[in-house]
Amino acid sequence: MDSPHDTLVLVSKTFGLFYLIALSVAVLVYVYWPSNRRKFDRAAQAILQGEDKPWR
Amino acid sequence: MVAQLTKSERQVALVILLALTIVGLIFAGAGKDDPIGVHGFLIMACAIAAIFAVISASAEPEPSPERLDTYYDDPSKIGIVLAMAWAAVGMLVGFWVALLLAFPDLTFDAGWASFGRLRPVHTSGVIFGFGGNALIATSFYVMQRTSRARLPDQLSPLFVLFGYNLFCLLAATGYLMGITQSKEYAEPEWYADIWLVIVWVTYLVLYLRTLARRQEPHIYVANWYYLAFVLVVAMLHIVNNLAVPVGLGSAKSYSLFSGVQDAMTQWWYGHNAVAFFLTAGFLGMMYYYLPKRAGRPLFSYRMSIISFWGITFLYMWAGSHHLHYTALPQWVQTLGMTFSVMLLVPSWSAAANALLTLNGAWHKVRDDATLRFMMVAAVFYGLTTFEGSFLAIRPVNALSHYTDWTVGHVHAGALGWVAMITFGAIYASVPWLWKRDAMYSARLVEVHFWFAVTGTIIYVISMWNSGIIQGLMWRTYTPEGTLAYSFVDSLIEMHPYYIARAIGGLFFLIGTLVGCYNIWMTVRGEALPAATEPAGDIPAPAIAARQPAE
Ligand code: HEM
Repeated sequence: MDSPHDTLVLVSKTFGLFYLIALSVAVLVYVYWPSNRRKFDRAAQAILQGEDKPWR
Repeated sequence: MVAQLTKSERQVALVILLALTIVGLIFAGAGKDDPIGVHGFLIMACAIAAIFAVISASAEPEPSPERLDTYYDDPSKIGIVLAMAWAAVGMLVGFWVALLLAFPDLTFDAGWASFGRLRPVHTSGVIFGFGGNALIATSFYVMQRTSRARLPDQLSPLFVLFGYNLFCLLAATGYLMGITQSKEYAEPEWYADIWLVIVWVTYLVLYLRTLARRQEPHIYVANWYYLAFVLVVAMLHIVNNLAVPVGLGSAKSYSLFSGVQDAMTQWWYGHNAVAFFLTAGFLGMMYYYLPKRAGRPLFSYRMSIISFWGITFLYMWAGSHHLHYTALPQWVQTLGMTFSVMLLVPSWSAAANALLTLNGAWHKVRDDATLRFMMVAAVFYGLTTFEGSFLAIRPVNALSHYTDWTVGHVHAGALGWVAMITFGAIYASVPWLWKRDAMYSARLVEVHFWFAVTGTIIYVISMWNSGIIQGLMWRTYTPEGTLAYSFVDSLIEMHPYYIARAIGGLFFLIGTLVGCYNIWMTVRGEALPAATEPAGDIPAPAIAARQPAE
């Protein structure tokens, strides 16, 4: 640990890699979680109707 | 406009404007020997004009409580008009600087008319003036519709909009006087930067407050993109502009960073400005207006979420591809290169998602130039991101860097993607906002479309040619091992392409002016009579594609 630069390199090469992999896995799990399917389908349809006025 | 404000909001507005007048006065006094003094007067003039506007409307009755049953669309309307005005000015100056490159004598020996000062007027005018206003205007529209909630108050959207335009005005007039901190796309000096922070944080809070009022549990994906745009631009802007001003009476400041750190911070900012200003926000626009106009849900909502996280996380690390072969450590360059190449995946999935959404609506694309604007935008988005990932590869960048190839890439993105999706969104929302049956003239939308496409193609192809020739000439050696061409040789070679580029730009500008006229006539035209006006938000005929193309 001789310079901030070396520390930075170390962090990018270790933590950076796993952080990115963990993040990708988290996103994929969220997206493909079966019970989320209905929510997504609904959201995609929702902009096409029923936007007439604010709910209150 | 002021009539829409409640009594207490009018009072708060007056307090803000008074404070702004005082700030202007301080700058005008402290900076009487410095260009910042001129800006002091400008700030004062704007604030006082606004004070008059508020006071002269003070006799108007308060808005009725029924307003809460409708969306608050004044800021979106004003934003769209301002966006088109900035587009006209910014693109006109763009045409001018294009001519300057072909005919350098056109500076007339005036400081303010030199290339170095006019170029940022063009870039800021189109990116921040046109693009920024369009993003703010459409984000207000989209956040309200998708949340089915009205903006939480009447004042803060106007503050965001006008405050932002004051920033743009300070930027553009400052460049003409020679005020710049020499950071590309972040040229405005410290006082304008601080002002933008205030405006931008208000914008972020406003967005979150509106979303907090929604009834839907799930937040529609377009909002994710708009929010990423607002949030990340705040972060980028604050970090890149950390600086110490010389004094209250001086426009000049010194950056907190120096050397290669400064370069890296600047291009971390610069590339994420591309990513979050010129991409994320406009993707938000695309994910709302394209399905809406096509009358079809997104091809894959899941894919839109995957691309969202891909784009937000990969872009953050890509900035160093602007600094290949510099003093930046090699591994940082490699990191930027790798992430740029990976970026192709989420970028293309966004472009593909848009195009696949149109499956089953291609007859509408044929008949409806508004939807066609959006379709072409998605195609150019795919093209530009492919090109970007390619240019980011170090040996490719060795050829392209410093050449017009970069400029060609920029304009495939800026004209083909950003401007096209914006025009599509504007043509879609103008009749919806002003409750018109349709645009004043569908034929003029068609005319605009073809001018824009022709202009973009001429522009991009001439810059590709010019850039590659430049790059090759600079690296051609004689058998003796010396450079075969001098820099001036390459410059002479560029001349015809610079003229072609100016012509392409002129096409694009004419299209924009046609658009301004068309929007103006639509706004001035008659609203649908109240009797036939449907109960809904969008006038019924406007959704169905019904322009007779044959
Ligand atoms: C995957 C996406 C993208 C990647 C990886 C990418 C990559 C690049 C690269 C490598 C450069 C040249 C840097 C140099 O040699 O100096 C560049 C420049 C530029 N790109 Fe992109 N690009 C992408 C998408 C876009 C999009 C969608 C736009 C929208 C307008 C855009 C706008 C720009 C601008 C304005 C510059 C010029 C920066 C300067 O002033 O030097 N890019 N990009």
